[in-house]
Amino acid sequence: MKCRVCRGPAVIDIRRHNANFCVDHFLRLCRDQVTKAIAEFSMLERGDRVLVAVSGGKDSLALWDLLRELGYEADGLYIGLGIGGYSDRSGEAVKAFAQERGWPLQVIDLRDEFDYDVPTAAKVTKRVPCSACGLSKRHLFDKAALDGGYDAVATGHNLDDEAAVLFGNTLRWQTEYLARQMPVLPARHGFPRKVKPLVSLGEREMAAYCVLRGIDYIVEECPMAAGNKHLGYKEALNEIEARSPGSKHAFYFGFLARAAERFRDAAPDGPEESGLGLCTRCGAPSTNELCAFCHLVERSAGAEPVVLTTKGAR
Amino acid sequence: MGGVKVHLRNPSRTIEHPGPVSIVALLQKLEVNRESVLVIRGGTLVPGDALLADDDEVEIRPVISGGAA
Ligand code: SF4
Ligand SMILES: [Zn+2]
Ligand SMILES: [Zn+2]
Repeated sequence: MKCRVCRGPAVIDIRRHNANFCVDHFLRLCRDQVTKAIAEFSMLERGDRVLVAVSGGKDSLALWDLLRELGYEADGLYIGLGIGGYSDRSGEAVKAFAQERGWPLQVIDLRDEFDYDVPTAAKVTKRVPCSACGLSKRHLFDKAALDGGYDAVATGHNLDDEAAVLFGNTLRWQTEYLARQMPVLPARHGFPRKVKPLVSLGEREMAAYCVLRGIDYIVEECPMAAGNKHLGYKEALNEIEARSPGSKHAFYFGFLARAAERFRDAAPDGPEESGLGLCTRCGAPSTNELCAFCHLVERSAGAEPVVLTTKGAR
Repeated sequence: MGGVKVHLRNPSRTIEHPGPVSIVALLQKLEVNRESVLVIRGGTLVPGDALLADDDEVEIRPVISGGAA
């Protein structure tokens, strides 16, 4: 296997590009893809201060590294979700990563600061864990970004994530979600700009990037994810990709270029468009007296903690 | 004198496979989709056409994450 660029020994093949790359040219490809995505979708400008949502997994640590490499002032925010040993180990991975590089990392622990954790909130509110988790993360990232004066929140969603979400939304024609599935969401009153600079890089490329950059990410998966629909969609798409390389990319970028626009009217109005108020507790935009996050905290705080077994929540 | 040592995850286990064997052939034999793993040896990636010899040690690392948020 030879590098497409320099003909030196290649370490990775990317079938979607029908090409192989050596270490240096693969790392360059990753940086170029991120630079291109940032420019194409107007995600960031030179000198922007970016808050990176880091989980300890490959995508978010690679994203933080890439944004720094590209010269952005990027700081990390880690949220301790209280998902048993998985959270303990991911927290350690993030802290070690930040410390080694001397990059600023903010840590918010749900149990310490709000007296709940994701498994308990999921049980008490009868939400699936990823829903309670996503709600908590979105709220806290938004708030931290606004409080800290950041220009944008960046998340590590990669091409496989976006293609899988699109696949799920399309299977059920969830037009209101299709309307919002963009790689950049502009800032609105009370919400920071949100960007996904890794949308043109696949999951396998992000793991490879970490290995080649010596990034010690947590390979272990969140136990809450086991068997969820999202994973099933990814597997299905990878089957298709194996037979027809480039399918995931064509599916997602074709949607952005030729279909997304048609769903725009299906987007529900945000709180400020519908002229509604602010959460009485935290000041976030909200249609109710309490925003969804404060409502979740209100119900979950102090509830008897769910104990995780190796099989997941009990 | 042993075969190629292969570390797998989910569940974590180690198997031995007689060498020499190419990565592509090994993954096929294990029925692993190449899109969903990396093969790692000594902190770097092993390309698909590499031949593994007896006593080589590699990790087959899944790259699919499951979070939906
Ligand atoms: S898999 Fe679900 S519960 Fe686990 S970290 Fe991701 S969103 Fe949260
Ligand atoms: Zn090269
Ligand atoms: Zn609130």
